[in-house]
Amino acid sequence: MRARDTDWEGVRLHVITGKGGTGKTTVAAALALALASAGGKVLLMEVEGRQGIAQLFDSPPLPYSERKVAVAPGTPGRPGGEVHALAADAESALIEYLEMMYSLRHAGRTLTRLGVVDFATTIAPGLRDVLLTGKAATVARRKVAGRYQYDAVVMDAPPTGRIGRFLNVATEVSGLAKMGPIRGHADTVQSVIRSPQTAVHFVTVLEEMPVQETLDGIAELRSLGGDGYGLGDGGFQLGGIVINMVRPAELTGKQLADAAAGRLDGHDIALGLKAAGIEDSIGPGGAELAGSLLAELTDHAREVLAQQEQRQRLTAVSLPRYDLPMIADGMDLAGLYRLATALQDQGAA
Amino acid sequence: MAADSTAAELELAPPRLGVDRLLDDPRTRIIVCCGSGGVGKTTTAAALGLRAAERGRHVVVLTVDPARRLAQSMGLGSLDNTPRPVPLDGNGASGHSGGSLHAMMLDMKRTFDEIVEAHSDPDRAAQILANPFYQSLSSSFAGTQEYMAMEKLGQLRRADEWDLIVVDTPPSRSALDFLDAPQRLSRFLDGRLIRLLTAPTRASGHAYLKLVNASIGMFTGVVTKVIGAQLLRDAQTFVAAFDTMFGGFRERAENTYQLLQTPGTSFLVVATPEPDALREASYFVERLSQDRMPLAGLVLNRVHRSPAARLSAARSLAAAEALQASVDGPTPAQGLANSGAAAPAAAPRYPLAVTALRLHAERMQLAAAERRLAQRFTAAHPGVPVARIPAQPEDVHDLAGLRVIGEFFADPA
Repeated sequence: MRARDTDWEGVRLHVITGKGGTGKTTVAAALALALASAGGKVLLMEVEGRQGIAQLFDSPPLPYSERKVAVAPGTPGRPGGEVHALAADAESALIEYLEMMYSLRHAGRTLTRLGVVDFATTIAPGLRDVLLTGKAATVARRKVAGRYQYDAVVMDAPPTGRIGRFLNVATEVSGLAKMGPIRGHADTVQSVIRSPQTAVHFVTVLEEMPVQETLDGIAELRSLGGDGYGLGDGGFQLGGIVINMVRPAELTGKQLADAAAGRLDGHDIALGLKAAGIEDSIGPGGAELAGSLLAELTDHAREVLAQQEQRQRLTAVSLPRYDLPMIADGMDLAGLYRLATALQDQGAA
Repeated sequence: MAADSTAAELELAPPRLGVDRLLDDPRTRIIVCCGSGGVGKTTTAAALGLRAAERGRHVVVLTVDPARRLAQSMGLGSLDNTPRPVPLDGNGASGHSGGSLHAMMLDMKRTFDEIVEAHSDPDRAAQILANPFYQSLSSSFAGTQEYMAMEKLGQLRRADEWDLIVVDTPPSRSALDFLDAPQRLSRFLDGRLIRLLTAPTRASGHAYLKLVNASIGMFTGVVTKVIGAQLLRDAQTFVAAFDTMFGGFRERAENTYQLLQTPGTSFLVVATPEPDALREASYFVERLSQDRMPLAGLVLNRVHRSPAARLSAARSLAAAEALQASVDGPTPAQGLANSGAAAPAAAPRYPLAVTALRLHAERMQLAAAERRLAQRFTAAHPGVPVARIPAQPEDVHDLAGLRVIGEFFADPA
């Protein structure tokens, strides 16, 4: 048992979205590790054929089947659980689905060769998405010997710009067969996605475009609520906002404002350099090294202020926020562990 | 060891990308900015366009998904699919250069609608535009945006009102989508499968069909089961109405593709010094050379560098620690001895210097990590010229900010 409650008790499917370049895959992997650290088994799933998980865990490309990729950091006296991974694609999901529904054993290869699978997933808008969300919903609810096979499923979902369409399965496939098997499937999927069992988390960095897309994505999901499924208000359960690649502010308060405005006095720096035994040369603009360091401080201060402005915009949507530090030296398992610990410390898992 | 690494770095220094020379060359007619999402393609495209205009060219920038404030600053408040003039205020050289800048935001659905309207009579066009299958194809098919960006590029080129077109490619999961998606769409619309599906009776005498008749039966059955009879009917109606345009579609895609292979086109691959972005950039560079598309070079965006590079990270950090320990009053040794009472209140004598030195060390470390990544790219693609754009402390959202970026494109004196 956990020592304390986390923010997302009872959530079985975590959907992670974010603008390209914000580190969506990394955050999904870190959340999976964090969720598994109390023991148990967590599935990390990607749906865009990028093989981002394999690259992150430095493993060979993942097939369309679940396999163990990492062991979560445990606590003293209690070993961590396991993270399994799956690279899902619509074509394989469709074949799997057809085989299951119609016992079309071995038909998959013929259908693929004829281009049927490609055709069907291309011609039918939303079919691709319902197959992928369907796969996630299925594994999240799969039971083995009366117990859930996975304690949680974390999905590295499409970027924020497409997340509304991706998750709003029932509406998107309304153009499909009114009563066909996929339609029935879509309704089941929707009842999982729009339920307290699923939470949609947004990954962003403190820059204008990613923050704007996060706010737009949240507004879009809120506007798509109200279909009468699952939750009290019938909408999607919005999760947290994960602010990624946060660099600590080295200046605060008046000093920060002064630095950003270029009002800091470089004299203190020049004296400090001298005290530390670092030689400086005097150029036309005064002490050169001290001047350069002062310029770096000013840049930093302007960056910090710009980030504070973006952070302020995020408070408008009153969702829990989690900060993840910048990992400067490239992402590896040790870096992922650090991020996972940060998520746990802040109550995300 | 230090000497060795310096030698290795020198050896791996890529040729410098001369952007001004590219912009000034009247033979340069199209510049395509490509790269993975979030690397600053749009800003780069806008900065290139502005710089070229202020150096005397008549430029149109075709952007796909600009940040709101950047769009507003360029006068793109509304998404209307038409190039709009961008007023160049007097700050730059614009007043004397004789150049001009237009910008437009792509509306993929409207571009598609316009193709339909231009190539069929009004009745048929109305029929196509109202078809539910067409509506979803034109607004959500993966690849439509890329196709329409290519289409728009072709249109702008044919209009010949501008002597330089700068294109910002759509945000897609992979930079390669820009090259592949248009062909995928035209292949799909042109495909044998869609024809077989939509004309089963007409083609029944065909020998090929006889052979695969059984398969087609199963195919239609499965498709009907999966997507439903209604959508299939919509698709059939659409194909029937769209029939005359199919050949045109493939031809247009091929024409634009060929346009990209001509010497008047230059590709700029945009990346940030991060592993994922540079991996995508590598794929793209390889692909361009396979397809014999003219690569001008790599724009490495948001590079961190320091004006005080002669002070190493290690030395800077050590100095910060030494200064931190030298608190006011007692010497460091005494400070430690009295740590129970006095130390918590003690502040370093030069707090600003400590902060500045720490920050500098961090920046040097980041710069070193970025340099290693950039060198890995250059080791794999030694001939590719590189232009570096330093990281800006704030997001760029006005012409002045774009001008600052543009300055970094200046060729070495």
